[in-house]
Amino acid sequence: MSFYQVYAKNLGRALQTDDDLSLEAKAAMARDLTLRYFGRAIQLYTPMYLANYCDNSCVYCGFNINNKIERRKLSLDEVEAEARFISSTGLKHILILTGEDRSESPLEYIKDCIKVLKGYFSSISVEIYPVSEPEYASLVAAGVDGLTIYQEVYDENIYSKVHPAGPKKDYLFRLDAPERGARAGMRSVNIGVLLGLNDWKAEAFMLGEHAQYLQDKFPDVEIGVSLPRIRPQVSGFKPAYAVSDRDLAQIIIYLRLKLPRLGISLSTRESALLRENLLPLGITRISAGSSTLVGGHTQEASPDSAQFEIQDSRSVEEIKTMLYKKGFQPVLKDWMPI
Amino acid sequence: MQDTLKISGKDITNRLFIGTGKFSSYEVMKRALEASKAEVATVALRRVDTTSMQENILDYIPKRCNVMINTSGARNAEEAVRIARLAKAAGSGNWIKIEVVKDNKYLLPDNIETLRATEVLAKEGFVVFPYMSPDLSIARRMLEAGAAAVMPLGSPIGTNRGLRTKELVEILVKELSIPVIVDAGLGRPSDACVCMELGCAAVLVNTAIAVSPDPVGYAVAFSKAVEAGRSAYIAGIPCGKDPEPSSPLTGFLRNEK
Repeated sequence: MSFYQVYAKNLGRALQTDDDLSLEAKAAMARDLTLRYFGRAIQLYTPMYLANYCDNSCVYCGFNINNKIERRKLSLDEVEAEARFISSTGLKHILILTGEDRSESPLEYIKDCIKVLKGYFSSISVEIYPVSEPEYASLVAAGVDGLTIYQEVYDENIYSKVHPAGPKKDYLFRLDAPERGARAGMRSVNIGVLLGLNDWKAEAFMLGEHAQYLQDKFPDVEIGVSLPRIRPQVSGFKPAYAVSDRDLAQIIIYLRLKLPRLGISLSTRESALLRENLLPLGITRISAGSSTLVGGHTQEASPDSAQFEIQDSRSVEEIKTMLYKKGFQPVLKDWMPI
Repeated sequence: MQDTLKISGKDITNRLFIGTGKFSSYEVMKRALEASKAEVATVALRRVDTTSMQENILDYIPKRCNVMINTSGARNAEEAVRIARLAKAAGSGNWIKIEVVKDNKYLLPDNIETLRATEVLAKEGFVVFPYMSPDLSIARRMLEAGAAAVMPLGSPIGTNRGLRTKELVEILVKELSIPVIVDAGLGRPSDACVCMELGCAAVLVNTAIAVSPDPVGYAVAFSKAVEAGRSAYIAGIPCGKDPEPSSPLTGFLRNEK
């Protein structure tokens, strides 16, 4: 075993609670901390896929270059149509995504899209290929305030196995991307692991350390995490490590107790019922009315070309109703260009 | 004569100010504001959406309430100033609580940036309420810059730990000629009562009320505590310390013939 494996796994064991009573007690602490720092408010956002061209071959992803799926990117008119539709639901926070092919989705294209989106949204985040600090700064100048980039898996051996080819092979360039974004002036930086690629305890531990490092180094940046579990997609990849609902709950509780001010997002990868039950444990942001297809908010497309299957397909209105019922206020706007 | 707090030509009788974030719904927030008869409510501009057909938080603020926009999210003086100007342009009035926080870990304010924003905004005619760590020299400079009041924190935002900065807040109350309004960290009505007994002009509470199992009932409890503390301050609080039974230091002088 490598140093990483021994170190992270041993420490990661501290996350695990087999005893239900002690899990319940920790959950209560996590709930109280979340209420104290975030109140009864949950921020809503939705992803908008601009393109699905990709030059990587991530074994778990529907956009893998080797998958024979319909590839496309939105024209600016199509971006506007999607923006019009999404903003009619009241959402003011948007997360734009591309596959990681820079030549098909260059920064200039992304900035052109941002110009359109600024007319509809008060906060724009990007989830794109990692770029240099000056390039992140140019995105900030174009109107982006949030950066989302997942390391996917912190174990370097597994990282190189699941990313066999393409620019994403460069582990360190990706690992340092959140920091470059923070230095470039992003207001919020969101990191994440793809659960199922490695022992969840080791990955959750490393994610917590990474978040803490960023929070300590950039106290004026809002640091958040996402905890996506691998979902089915076109290639049929099966995750090597199981991550149960209980495991996911333990990760949320662990991170909340470790970092009381950490943003924690939960996407529509998870089922409606599970999302509702996980909410009070520490969740601060959820996506709503999501599609993982390019143009999926307004156009019909083959489900095969999705990045992954979503489980909770409820509309923004339905999510809002659910939140009110659960005693949470849906927050549709939480920032604006100033 | 009625005891009122005069700020920028307005007479405020209820000295409980309420923050509007963190409630489970605007409806609950509205009921808490109404039941407590609050007259000042702070609203984060970042949460105000005047452009869409969705619910607008300002529609849920009772008419009797003065809206004090806060600059939550500002990381430096320039951002705070821009948010204040945006608020004014959007018709949200000119009462501004300056909140400049560079520290997402503890949400502690940056006094220097807050002072810089105060200097700019007071000159532009805003009624400025700087949220600050209780530091006398900076507070004096806030006053010189034209702040309408100072808002020292009781303990870090959201912690509900009460008035941990008591000694420093007492100094501000004693030394400043403008109102001292304790903002942040008050968890119980008794915390608010202590602030008012000390001579603070008002208190601002958000988290404790918003996340209480009964926000409406808790807001009313805070309002009563603020009133009790204020009445005690006006009536005069008898010295709590018992006199020493003898004079251990100067008693020997009595024996002098």
